[in-house]
Amino acid sequence: MSEVPSELKYTESHEWLRLEDDGLVTVGVTDHAQALLGDLVFVELPEAGTEFVAGDECCVVESVKAASDVYMPISGEIVEINEALADEPEIINSSPYDSGWLFKVKPSANELADLMDADAYQAEIDE
Amino acid sequence: MPFIPHTDEEITQMLERIGVDSVDDLFDEIPVHLRAGVLDAVPAGMNEMEISRLMRQRASENTTATCFLGAGAYEHHIPAAVWEITTRGEFYSAYTPYQAEASQGTLQLTYEYQSMMTALTAMDVSNASMYDGASSLAEAILMAVRANRKSKSRKILMPTTVNPVYRKTAHTIVKGQQIELVEVSYDQAAGTVSLEQLKQAQQQQGGDITAVVLQQPNFFGCLEDVDAITDWAQENKILLIAVINPLTMAVLSPPGNWGTGSGADIACGDGQPLGAPMSAGGPYYGLLCCKQALVRQMPGRIVGRTVDLDGKEGFVLTLQAREQHIRRSKATSNICTNQGLVVTASTIYMSIQGAQGLENTAAACFENNNKLVAKLSAIDGVNKVFSGTHFHETALQLEKPAAGVLKALMQKGILGGYDLSHDYPELGNAILVCTTEMRSEEDIDAYAKALQEVLNVASLAESA
Amino acid sequence: MLIFEHSSKGRKGAPQSPATKASVSAIPENLLRKQSAALPEVSELQAVRHFTRLSQKNFSIDTEFYPLGSCTMKYNPRACNTLAMLPGFLNAHPLTPDEQNQGFLACMYELQEMLCEATGMAAFSLAPMAGAQGEFAGVAMIEAYHKARGDDARKEILVPDAAHGTNPATAVMCGFTVKEIPTLDNGDVDLDALTEAVGPQTAGLMLTNPSTLGVFERNIEAIAKVVHEAGGLLYYDGANLNAILGKIRPGDMGFDVIHSNLHKTFSTPHGGGGPGSGAVGVADRLKEFLPLPVVDKVDDGYRYLTAEDRPQSIGRLSAFMGNPGVLLRAYIYMRFLGREGMVRVAEFATLNANYMMAEAKRRGFTLAIDNRRASHEFIITLKNEARDYHVSAMDFAKRLLDLGYHAPTTYFPLLVPECLLIEPTESEAKEALDGFMDALEQIKHEAETNPELLHAAPQTLPVKRLDEVRAAKKLDLAFAR
Repeated sequence: MSEVPSELKYTESHEWLRLEDDGLVTVGVTDHAQALLGDLVFVELPEAGTEFVAGDECCVVESVKAASDVYMPISGEIVEINEALADEPEIINSSPYDSGWLFKVKPSANELADLMDADAYQAEIDE
Repeated sequence: MPFIPHTDEEITQMLERIGVDSVDDLFDEIPVHLRAGVLDAVPAGMNEMEISRLMRQRASENTTATCFLGAGAYEHHIPAAVWEITTRGEFYSAYTPYQAEASQGTLQLTYEYQSMMTALTAMDVSNASMYDGASSLAEAILMAVRANRKSKSRKILMPTTVNPVYRKTAHTIVKGQQIELVEVSYDQAAGTVSLEQLKQAQQQQGGDITAVVLQQPNFFGCLEDVDAITDWAQENKILLIAVINPLTMAVLSPPGNWGTGSGADIACGDGQPLGAPMSAGGPYYGLLCCKQALVRQMPGRIVGRTVDLDGKEGFVLTLQAREQHIRRSKATSNICTNQGLVVTASTIYMSIQGAQGLENTAAACFENNNKLVAKLSAIDGVNKVFSGTHFHETALQLEKPAAGVLKALMQKGILGGYDLSHDYPELGNAILVCTTEMRSEEDIDAYAKALQEVLNVASLAESA
Repeated sequence: MLIFEHSSKGRKGAPQSPATKASVSAIPENLLRKQSAALPEVSELQAVRHFTRLSQKNFSIDTEFYPLGSCTMKYNPRACNTLAMLPGFLNAHPLTPDEQNQGFLACMYELQEMLCEATGMAAFSLAPMAGAQGEFAGVAMIEAYHKARGDDARKEILVPDAAHGTNPATAVMCGFTVKEIPTLDNGDVDLDALTEAVGPQTAGLMLTNPSTLGVFERNIEAIAKVVHEAGGLLYYDGANLNAILGKIRPGDMGFDVIHSNLHKTFSTPHGGGGPGSGAVGVADRLKEFLPLPVVDKVDDGYRYLTAEDRPQSIGRLSAFMGNPGVLLRAYIYMRFLGREGMVRVAEFATLNANYMMAEAKRRGFTLAIDNRRASHEFIITLKNEARDYHVSAMDFAKRLLDLGYHAPTTYFPLLVPECLLIEPTESEAKEALDGFMDALEQIKHEAETNPELLHAAPQTLPVKRLDEVRAAKKLDLAFAR
């Protein structure tokens, strides 16, 4: 069973989002997604300062057998990326919701409320 | 029944097991009215004796001549061991090494190939091959566009000193991607593209250029000023794509060492000179190398060294997530099949030759070309088109139409070179002559004598 | 041990090249190489022994049954190799004038003609150097065709979800967007979904028939009608042509463009990954767009057509003539078969596949698609074994290697979980098929009683399972000198 923390927001394409105290939103891939992909070997992160619209492809996570696009869940500017993933992409496997985060976004619109909560996402992956 | 082993008894047993009466029943899902009739236009089958006779006849209808023609394919000596080993069934009839444990031969050999090719080009990474030099240039351009994200123009500077047929092929393959190949003219005295011409083209195109292509030796056999152009490209954040003849790299400065910085970003070219017979055009293979930073933009298969469960060294296809069978519409390229068997030959060729063998071969090509050009340009009405150093091909100006001269030479058993007048009308009656290590003093003398005779024939202009 | 590790400084293996190095001092200093390339320095015998030993670490058709689905690993007749390597062919420079190249051109012309007849197309070009390049040429021709008619809105290529990955990758390379069409459980394309999907944006549909699921697409006429009525063209991916050669022709099914993998159906060697050939055929209305070169017959002679002859051609795909050595082998193979032999290819490939499928069912395996005829290949799904014994299709594959059989294709098509795609080809004898099925049954029994045997396989090969994660993470792509 995959872990689905209750305090996070989710997308159908298996990204999670956490609203931080400073108003930034941290984005990562879910436990369910990392389990499907298997051992990650590479993460291609966007550059800080890039602006995206919700739904844009912004990042690729790669395992031996699959490469999966990460879609920008909300519109906004990338303000920080998780540099540690360059050398140790496997952090996503071991800690998808914590040290395996991908990037932080400064949202340009209020889109967070439209996303799934933990129950809805759990139902989605149970299908 | 060629190559079908079934006995009548077995056929009966198999049909019984399936539960049908005849082989025809197995096709009962195919609508009857769509089924093919007899394939009239296909001749009746032959046995090996008959086919051997036919093919020997056909092969003899190909006239042989002493070859002074290059222009992208070169007649080199290939040690007998190369294709003897290459055509062993274990290499010849194996598939792509997807089952790594059962394909260590092909995989290790490919890793060794990658190691040799990076050594020869001084680049960081080589893939396991593309189809040929021309298509590998196209893939190099696509790769550069993916890699140079700072550049938005998708414009590629393409000097006309790059092999014309490579330029045409690249155009066919990249035109669906809104990539513009901007032709840049060359210095008509030197036969090379000058830095000034490239700078001018860059300005005319608005400054933002994604990549520049540079061929060494170039199509005319002339040597480009690779260091200065590489430095300029790097200063301007333009990726440099080198098109090389890998054999000449035994002697010439390899693309990874060009300029004062980190060298060319991508190197491509045709591997044919390293162990592939001319064979009417192929199979050859395309080499494709790059800097480490671009490895994930590299199309095609790549072999990596790793360990097995016991920690023992082994080899696998790696970085496969870039490829079409996983990444589908987002793959770096649609390439799947490559030119593995020719790479096998090339790897054995490079092993037997070693660096010294390649250097001796390349230097002999260069020396023979100097001898040939000295002899030919001593003839009245024959002149070198370009100043400067040529490697093993040289453009020569004739006073008579090139096509007629080449045709007359052919009648004397000499394949005299490449007619430049179609691709480069500005050069008038010019031909490109080539020598490899295969051409002896006698061959060269015979060419000079034949050309002298041909040019003396007064009626030549009419016959052309 | 790598060839580099056999190397000794100063040892030369090259009496075959010029013995001494001529002076290159006329070349400007800055253009010369400063340090010799770090290639191995070995004797010819060392090289021969090293590469012979490497070859022995391969499975191949010449040494093992190789039922790799979708790859058509049939016998590659030795005569095809010997005769394609006659000096008259090997020594021909690609730019030899046509008059001096008649023997080769005659073979190429006749090959084009035989391919037209075998596939029901009007014209062929032999230029593409592999299946993927054939696909590229085919889709580029579709693009050129619509463009020439001023029909610029057709920007979408339809691809069934069961298709080879090269299909969508190719469509994107040609500048199209891709829309996937679902497949029904019985293996046929979802015709309703297709009807829904077509429109003025449809450039064409790429279809493999028989499909990658190993069944014949029974609604092919209806599919062709839907696509053609919408103004699109129909593209035939010839990956599975071996199944129907001489029985039904793509041209008669309504296809406008096809590519044929000569390294599958026409038995040219796979060579450990290539070279292949993806000759393309077209219906009459697309003839002018064929990639160059094309060989034409004029009076008594043969010649290459040029861009002047075919101004609407999509252009060149390679420097010269595709892969002539491969084309010659295919030509020789087709002359061996003749018209009657071609039909037998499909018949016996299909007989072998259906026999193995019946055997698989009898031995308790689950078929991905039951109650249909197999084409030249069929699919076993091991989802029950995976659920009950925690063994995967990969485990089965690796254990098969231990038992001396190359594994079938695994995990393709992507639609079928834990699948083995099995293609025996016509050149295998019944003993080989039975032996393979015995092995598969043995492994199934082992999965039930001793699954560890599968997890630990292979044990008898030069290496055990390799660490692919390490290979991808700690990239070691060239010997560090």
